[in-house]
Amino acid sequence: MKRGFWLWAAGLATYAFLYVPLAVVVLFSFNDSELNASWVGFTTRWYGKLLGDADLLQAAANSLLIAIVSSTIATVLGTMAGIALHRWRPPLLPFLVLTPVAMPEILLGVSLLLFFRQVLDLTLGLFSILAAHITFSLGFVAIIVRARLAGMDESIFEAARDLGATPWRTFTRVTFPLIVPGIVAGFLMSFTLSIDDFVITFFVAGVGVTTLPLQIYSLIKVAVTPEVNAISTLLMALTLTLIALALRFAPETLRKSA
Amino acid sequence: MPASSSRTDRSARLTRWLVTLPPALFLVVFFLIPALIMAAASFREPGEFGGLAPLAERGFSLDAYRFVLDDVIYAWILAKSFAVAGLTTLLCLVLAYPLAVLIVRSPKRRRDLLVLLVILPFASNFLIRIYAWMIILGPLDLLYSPVAVIVGMVYVHLPFMILPLYTNLEKHDPALLEAAQDLGAGGWARFWCVTWPLSLPGVLSGSALVFIPVLGMFAVPELLGGTGDLLIGNLIKEQFLDNRDWPLGAALSLLLTLAVLAVAGLSSALTRNRGQM
Amino acid sequence: MALLEIRNITRRFGSLEAVKDVTLDIEAGEFFTLLGPSGCGKTTILRMIAGFDAPDAGELYLDGRPLAGMPPEKRPVHTVFQSYALFPHLTVAGNIAFPLEMAGRSRDEIRRRTTETLALVHLEDKGDAFPHELSGGQKQRVALARGLVNKPRLLLLDEPLGALDAKLRERMQGELIALQREVGVTFVFVTHAQQEALALSHRIAVMNEGRIEQLDVPEALYSTPKNRFVADFIGTINLIAAAVVEASRHGLRLAAPGLGEIAAPVHGAVAVGSNGALAIRPEHLRISGHADRAGLKNHFAGAVVEYLFLGDVTVYKVRLDNGLLLEALATNAGPGRARFHEIGDRVSVEWRHDAGVFLPD
Repeated sequence: MKRGFWLWAAGLATYAFLYVPLAVVVLFSFNDSELNASWVGFTTRWYGKLLGDADLLQAAANSLLIAIVSSTIATVLGTMAGIALHRWRPPLLPFLVLTPVAMPEILLGVSLLLFFRQVLDLTLGLFSILAAHITFSLGFVAIIVRARLAGMDESIFEAARDLGATPWRTFTRVTFPLIVPGIVAGFLMSFTLSIDDFVITFFVAGVGVTTLPLQIYSLIKVAVTPEVNAISTLLMALTLTLIALALRFAPETLRKSA
Repeated sequence: MPASSSRTDRSARLTRWLVTLPPALFLVVFFLIPALIMAAASFREPGEFGGLAPLAERGFSLDAYRFVLDDVIYAWILAKSFAVAGLTTLLCLVLAYPLAVLIVRSPKRRRDLLVLLVILPFASNFLIRIYAWMIILGPLDLLYSPVAVIVGMVYVHLPFMILPLYTNLEKHDPALLEAAQDLGAGGWARFWCVTWPLSLPGVLSGSALVFIPVLGMFAVPELLGGTGDLLIGNLIKEQFLDNRDWPLGAALSLLLTLAVLAVAGLSSALTRNRGQM
Repeated sequence: MALLEIRNITRRFGSLEAVKDVTLDIEAGEFFTLLGPSGCGKTTILRMIAGFDAPDAGELYLDGRPLAGMPPEKRPVHTVFQSYALFPHLTVAGNIAFPLEMAGRSRDEIRRRTTETLALVHLEDKGDAFPHELSGGQKQRVALARGLVNKPRLLLLDEPLGALDAKLRERMQGELIALQREVGVTFVFVTHAQQEALALSHRIAVMNEGRIEQLDVPEALYSTPKNRFVADFIGTINLIAAAVVEASRHGLRLAAPGLGEIAAPVHGAVAVGSNGALAIRPEHLRISGHADRAGLKNHFAGAVVEYLFLGDVTVYKVRLDNGLLLEALATNAGPGRARFHEIGDRVSVEWRHDAGVFLPD
């Protein structure tokens, strides 16, 4: 059918637009040439070079630490916020939770820079990065948890009370088990956001602490090197794993968040 | 008679506060207060070595705003940022719509996979996605040009348009199209008189999700654009990190905030109007 | 002493009085139904009994003890929710065991009673299934089992059959009656479906706009409704405007404008001269082709305007000569083709002098 054909052609072209650039990155990470211009031969030496780059490894370790700590705290606070949003609809909370998610990242970055340097007179570093990452991840967790709660039949919570469960046991036996997939998905989302974040970290990192995206930025700002291809490929593999995990735990959050 | 004993009432209230307060306090400290401080900082004077001048000595002033208004370059860059955001949004819409329709028309069990294929590249690092275009556009002699900026912007934000569109289109009752066909509407008429108007809420929310972040973006122009391709985001970044004129940076941030609020307000007003139809 | 005593309860939501000064006794072991249109306050009463809501005024007593201030989990009252509210993360057995666990029963007892209750609702082989794997009727049974397993004093049922299709609903009605007889738990049932209420209940309270219009056994509600609302809400009924001409212990003589005199039975005191309506069920009307018999006692001439063949019965709509439209029901009891009156046929509508009930305005 003609119309179906054009639709498929347009769709496939868009998918190609999405994937070809990334495929190029992966391909060139195995290219035995200093230039990202043409295929010379297969090598894994760029990966080997990565392992010898102490700065990069330190940045990766920092990113991992920041991601673990910030997403843990963001998950706890975000879950509380999601429950509060759903259950009590407090007046100011939606504004506080949703605005950092919706506004351009640069605004959160510069306002936190101003706050840490000018008001708290803090040396920028791990603490400021963590606080910033928690601030923007919290909202995502809250949205996912709230969506999960909103998708549930309210009367099951009443049913638990009705059948003899105290409010606390209703939470531990019914509410919590039901939102666990949302919490896990929220955690993985925060983790991905944190380990990926460039813009906000760029403003609040200062000179002492560097993260993987900051390191990548300083590399690609100077020149295009095959080493970056290798880091990128590794990072893509990591994100793919995280997404696979998220899909396992909460396949429906994919559709909800969409 | 009270609804329940005051003891259960009190413990319910306590729970409510214990759950609501920690996230609310955190966000007040790390989001609301910094935002207010930034607004205040735009009315201060720059310090000698960056930062802000002491309030006691120099007080408040409108210098930063005067500066922005005096130099036409700021208005020009703000207008350019809007133009880039608009063009990016339009291109995203043109690319996203056929794909969203395609996904919705596929068999149910294949849809999740097709949606996942949209999300996957989106989940790879933001800088990597820009970097990929540096590799591709470099040999084509397009790197550091306005074209590169637009391509990068579209690439980075495309999923934000596809997902809300898909979510909207998926909700349409297929019987509507059959009814339209039954009543004599041809292919184009079915699209323009049924699918398109019904999908407007999705178009609007997707457009807001693309337009707003593009408006504040500085990394794409910085990495893919030339010196003439700077946008408002780059200006803000420069004031805070290179020129160290924080009041000017804060004033520009406030302008950006107002622009974002205007766009978000417009989009939600349009959505509401459609809802009343 | 009644099992549940409801004393003068009132519940307001803003300016709306959802429940107005309702007093009601529910006896141990009965199948009691609150029947009324949506928004009549029946569900609000149910929620106040369960403890999810509290009256603004009035008291509830269970076994003589006041329920005020007692949270839902402390009340020996369980609910079967309209949506069933089965816990999606627990199996059928897990759902049924839930109230036993909450009550701190031993593991042995939980296992034994869960198995027993599964058998009670014929779901022996579904213990390990999850709610989303069940059909509507099976979910319904799990919800019932879960509500009954810990032997509550009262089981509240909030329109539990509403989500089922007609055939299944009929079967579940039978099962509900049998189940209630078997376990002996007092059921308080809320529904807007009058047929369901008539079929299931020992007693029915018909509610309208927050008040109880009539509380009676089903047969009495049907045959002698107290007012127009009840008459109209339960079954189909014809209302013939009339005034009382004579009242004696043997019966009433009524005058209907444009029809003449009607003989009607007496139910309670009625004053001569009072205006009202004779309410008479379609099955009490008889239609014959002898339009010329009009003039006999309770015989009136008219023309068929419409008929609905329903299989077991045929409903005729007849316009009497004074313009009044009546519905009459003819059973198709005779084998072979039922005899239809055609549209436009002149007929006589007749009823016995002891049929119907006079409802004063």
